[in-house]
Amino acid sequence: MSETLYAIAVDVNGTRRTARVPARLSLVDWLREELRLTGTHVGCEHGICGACSVMLDGEPVRSCLMYAVQADGHRVTTVEGLAHSDGSLSVLQDSFCQAHGLQCGYCTPGMLIAAQSLLDTTPRPTDEQIREAIGGNLCRCTGYQQIVDAVQHAAARLAAKT
Amino acid sequence: MRAGSVGEACELLRESGDDVKLIAGGQSLVPMMAMRLTRPGRLVDINEIAALKYIAIEADVVRIGACTRQCVLERDDALAARVPLLRQALAWVGHVQTRNRGTVGGSLAHADPAAELPLAAQVLDAKMMLRSTAGVRSVPAGEFFVGPLTTAAEPHECLEEIRWPVWSGRRTASVFTEVSRRHGDFAIVAAAAQIALGDDGRCARASFGLSGGGTTPLAFPKLAARLMGTRLEEAVVQSVAHDAASELDPGSDLHASAGYRKHLAAILTARVLHAAHAQARNVK
Amino acid sequence: MGNFTLNSITHHSSPSRSAFIGVHRRLRLLFELAFNVKADKSPGGFRYIGKKRRTKEDPRFVMGRGRFVADVALPGMKHVALVASPYPSARIVSIKTEAALRMPGVRYVLTGEEFCAATDSLAIGVDAPKVTRYALARDVVRYAGEWVAAVVADTRAIAEDAAELVEVDYAPTPHVNDPELAVKADNPLVHPAHGSNILFHRRFVWGPVEQAFAKAEHKLSLRAVWGRSSTVPIETFGVAAQWDPGLQILDIWASIQMPKFPDQTARALRLPGNAVRVHYDVDVGGSYGGKRGIKHTVLAGYLARRLGTPVRLIEDRLENMRGGDAHGPDRIFDMQVAFDRDGTIRALRIRALDDVGAYAGRAPLQLGKPVSAICGPYRVTAVEYEPTSVMTNKTPQEAVRGFGQSPTNFALERTMDHVARHLGMDRIELRRKNLLRKDEFPYRIPSGSTYDSGDYHTVLDKALKAADYPALVVERDKARRAGLLAGIGISTCLEPSGGNSAFEPLFNPKNDTTTWMDSCLVRVDLSGAITGVMGTSSAGQGHETLVSTVIGEILERDPADIRVVRADSLSALPSNSPVGSRMAIMLGGAAAGAARKIKEALIEIAAHNLGCTAESVEYQEGNVAVRGHPQKHMAWDELIAIAHRKYHRMPPGLEPGLQAKFVWEVPTGGALPTADGVIQIYPCYAFETHIVYVEIDPATAKPELRKYVCGHDCGVMINPDIVHGMTYGGIAHGIGAALYEKFAYTDDGQLASGTFMDYLIPSALEIPAITIVDHCTPSPLTTFGQKGSGEAGYLGAPAAVAGAINDALAPLGAGIETLPMAQDDLWHVIQGARSARD
Repeated sequence: MSETLYAIAVDVNGTRRTARVPARLSLVDWLREELRLTGTHVGCEHGICGACSVMLDGEPVRSCLMYAVQADGHRVTTVEGLAHSDGSLSVLQDSFCQAHGLQCGYCTPGMLIAAQSLLDTTPRPTDEQIREAIGGNLCRCTGYQQIVDAVQHAAARLAAKT
Repeated sequence: MRAGSVGEACELLRESGDDVKLIAGGQSLVPMMAMRLTRPGRLVDINEIAALKYIAIEADVVRIGACTRQCVLERDDALAARVPLLRQALAWVGHVQTRNRGTVGGSLAHADPAAELPLAAQVLDAKMMLRSTAGVRSVPAGEFFVGPLTTAAEPHECLEEIRWPVWSGRRTASVFTEVSRRHGDFAIVAAAAQIALGDDGRCARASFGLSGGGTTPLAFPKLAARLMGTRLEEAVVQSVAHDAASELDPGSDLHASAGYRKHLAAILTARVLHAAHAQARNVK
Repeated sequence: MGNFTLNSITHHSSPSRSAFIGVHRRLRLLFELAFNVKADKSPGGFRYIGKKRRTKEDPRFVMGRGRFVADVALPGMKHVALVASPYPSARIVSIKTEAALRMPGVRYVLTGEEFCAATDSLAIGVDAPKVTRYALARDVVRYAGEWVAAVVADTRAIAEDAAELVEVDYAPTPHVNDPELAVKADNPLVHPAHGSNILFHRRFVWGPVEQAFAKAEHKLSLRAVWGRSSTVPIETFGVAAQWDPGLQILDIWASIQMPKFPDQTARALRLPGNAVRVHYDVDVGGSYGGKRGIKHTVLAGYLARRLGTPVRLIEDRLENMRGGDAHGPDRIFDMQVAFDRDGTIRALRIRALDDVGAYAGRAPLQLGKPVSAICGPYRVTAVEYEPTSVMTNKTPQEAVRGFGQSPTNFALERTMDHVARHLGMDRIELRRKNLLRKDEFPYRIPSGSTYDSGDYHTVLDKALKAADYPALVVERDKARRAGLLAGIGISTCLEPSGGNSAFEPLFNPKNDTTTWMDSCLVRVDLSGAITGVMGTSSAGQGHETLVSTVIGEILERDPADIRVVRADSLSALPSNSPVGSRMAIMLGGAAAGAARKIKEALIEIAAHNLGCTAESVEYQEGNVAVRGHPQKHMAWDELIAIAHRKYHRMPPGLEPGLQAKFVWEVPTGGALPTADGVIQIYPCYAFETHIVYVEIDPATAKPELRKYVCGHDCGVMINPDIVHGMTYGGIAHGIGAALYEKFAYTDDGQLASGTFMDYLIPSALEIPAITIVDHCTPSPLTTFGQKGSGEAGYLGAPAAVAGAINDALAPLGAGIETLPMAQDDLWHVIQGARSARD
């Protein structure tokens, strides 16, 4: 059973990446195994846990439910793309550290993607809005409280900057 | 394969017969494939067909391209003004990630009996435009949803557009509600209603429906007709709600027994009718 | 329950207090002498401990630079997929692998016939040698989901495709699902060679139980059922194994949290212990007890050696839920309580029947750990405890956070609520009356454990205040008048901590293990930089932060500059892994011990060079000066240089370099149980009180948690953010167990909730905002007064949520004593109550 390979060109974290991939290769597997961007994680492979969340054209999607071929011509942002170009942490990433909004770190990349997207559109979110935004990201470690605190912390810092 | 146009998609469907499926947002299809519940030999990706992504607001209908993302629908204020039930339904659909990728056509074509958009389609009697190499045909929602995960679309047809009727009455309101285990889960039971009041304050038009109570989402036109001319008094609403629930033959599963579903059906029907009525009365 | 003929021992005991108090006091003295500990144990008296500090771990995870097992890429690595039994009980008639082997990219198909002959059965925690367990079934399958064959291929996708081509012919046999049937004769036997389905049974009687029941003014009984749920981390279990024929070493990378993991892997593979090297620098994506993938590891290890290539086995979610052998306690409690009209609890009879599934490792011992706090935080002097571990044709259990304490706390708290209702007494007042008072510590409970310290009443008061309890009652009553069902739940529960796993010899006298050490190595290098070395893995508990903070505290150097690395199992010091909330105590204690040795060495070097005695110098932040003569001092850099380079200036007898290891046995450990089953188990007892307010729409039966307050006392917190984080997480997990999560089985033995669509993990929208109020009653047994807290929150949350739901249902005259309390169940209860009334 030989697999046809399809040429794709995807903007990943600001860099154009080209590849030849089989149709059945999921986006998360391509990112992790081929591009070695292992920050995005697999938790369920059926679209519930959100650990695989990446941004597609700036909006969070589940990369376990997409195929790499479908990303052709699109822009993908993973957790590795959230830091500044000089490597320093984004305000949100730093706030997660300040508020200890994580423990084992497995759901964290997905949480950051979801939370960053929220802050991009809603600069002063309520706790309710934060919980709604991360409602599709399951966490077993934190009980979500310190994650909400971290996002609020980031929102306040971003508001102070502007 | 990525299809560049709906015509191309239909060609591919016609050639490949049963072994091919269309993939749009993939939010329903891919989990099923991951669990090996469906195994298409090939997928035709219609995500990139720009011609299938639009919201066209017309006088008495809104035509929506099947590949329009759910999040786009959700954010469209003009749409919300004309067909408010869609934004209300979408608030219950999955999570942010689901709606960023899922399409309106995908959800309808998947036809999960507990899904929100199929219920909205039933309540509003939306029309599905199905294209094949032979042309286009229109199928009303009531005939489109045939069974669990089964629609009237033939294997070689592609859902191209959905036409949502706009109610012209000034004093029109709609409500969508749902009971699920967790936020974003499939509904145990969902209920939706749209009510239009005449100038005399009496019900001029009504439609309501339930999902999760049977093999497809259901609208109840005959029962809704009993509301016409009334002021949706408690007794009338209770009677209609009770009768709607009695018509259901829901199954039992891990999350809800048949009895619980029927009970919820009656409760939620009454709630959406009362709420829609109250909102319609408040329209100035 | 019927009479048992196997392992049924009845004892009556009047244990001698003095023996155990003596041990306790002696150990404390020895400890204080060894450490010269006069440390100020109030939170304010520390330099780094107890302060808000960023953790060491967080930065790499927010960057996406965690290193989880699926991130470990070994050149030439092959992938495993499993063939699982669809039947709960069947004979394997034949397995045909030819079609699978023919698929391009497939390297091997392994079945039980080969595997079980070449490896040894996995260890079991109770004395049941005929209950053998292997990663692959041989001849029979005993649960739906049990692994029957392993396919190894170039990619996971190919392995999965090929797994579907493996043809297994089964002859189904009768199965048993119901634990209450499984204990009886004339039901299918899961392991016929064992003779019954009862894996363990014993009846303990501590104190004058029968007399207390005879004399008590009141008695009541109830049944409380803890449904089968588990930890279910977001990362499944995974292992990568590589055999190096040149070195004759099996390297293992795994998402592991398990005591004796390298040892058990080696033993099962018939390798010497020093032929297995476990790499602990793998980040574990959550475990909470359950990541004990010993069967996966033995399988992967065997395949790696057999095939000569690295092999990776990462569970997909279905394999994890069904065949990963990581379900949790599944327990029926039959409680009897004897009490007086003023609410004094006189005696308890606790029967616990736990359905452990088709095989067992340590899971049956989850009935034993609660012996360490069998009467909860209450003054009860007579307790009878009758645990039974029974096998059925279900997925096996593994450790869950608390190791059985949360189900037990749930049963105890339901009992207290029933007593209160029976007497028409306020639930809080009843607890106040029976809670041990601050002045009663150390307090020895009838089963032999001594509670080290506590101030339960203060924590309760703090929680009530934070919850504004009187206002909450008003709110509840207002909601009730508006037609809602509304209830407040209260739980007061213990978190035994420290991991002295004396339930091992308690449940299996042939296992005379009493050593539960942990260890740490500290070194200061030539540049003066400090490194701590620990020998186990972490799953988010912040151990690197813990160790660096402790070392920094002792050496008075900034923890931010202290690096913590993990040694592999061959070069590591012994550890018993982070279980039983033991690491703050044990790893913290070991790190402190090692750091203190470094400090003493620096003092000795300085004294020698300053020409005076060690007693006449003072150590401050790494510099040492003669007391009263600050100009006569030696700085850190100089001391380091002497230690590493200037042997001519070293005091005689002191080892060159600056490194020290410390291996610490668990405080109060080291004894075997008496014949009556009396034994000190965990050393330190943290305490939590939960106050929960719930509203239920009576029409939809959907509960909403509207307020959640937790009062928590785990002694000195080394890093408050870490402790709080785990407490919030434990509460969320407890809410899941109380309302949402269940491994449900159909009558024909199928797991009905094997995906996240049906096994419902709470999201941020199901978990309310939680307020934690801290209190600190230090432990007298530990270096800094810290108690363990990794299991916090989970141990009291289900009890409190159950209390709240029952309070909400009380006006209907209804109740529910089975977890999870799902909407459908609540609806049935509400309907039942209504029709009973009408």
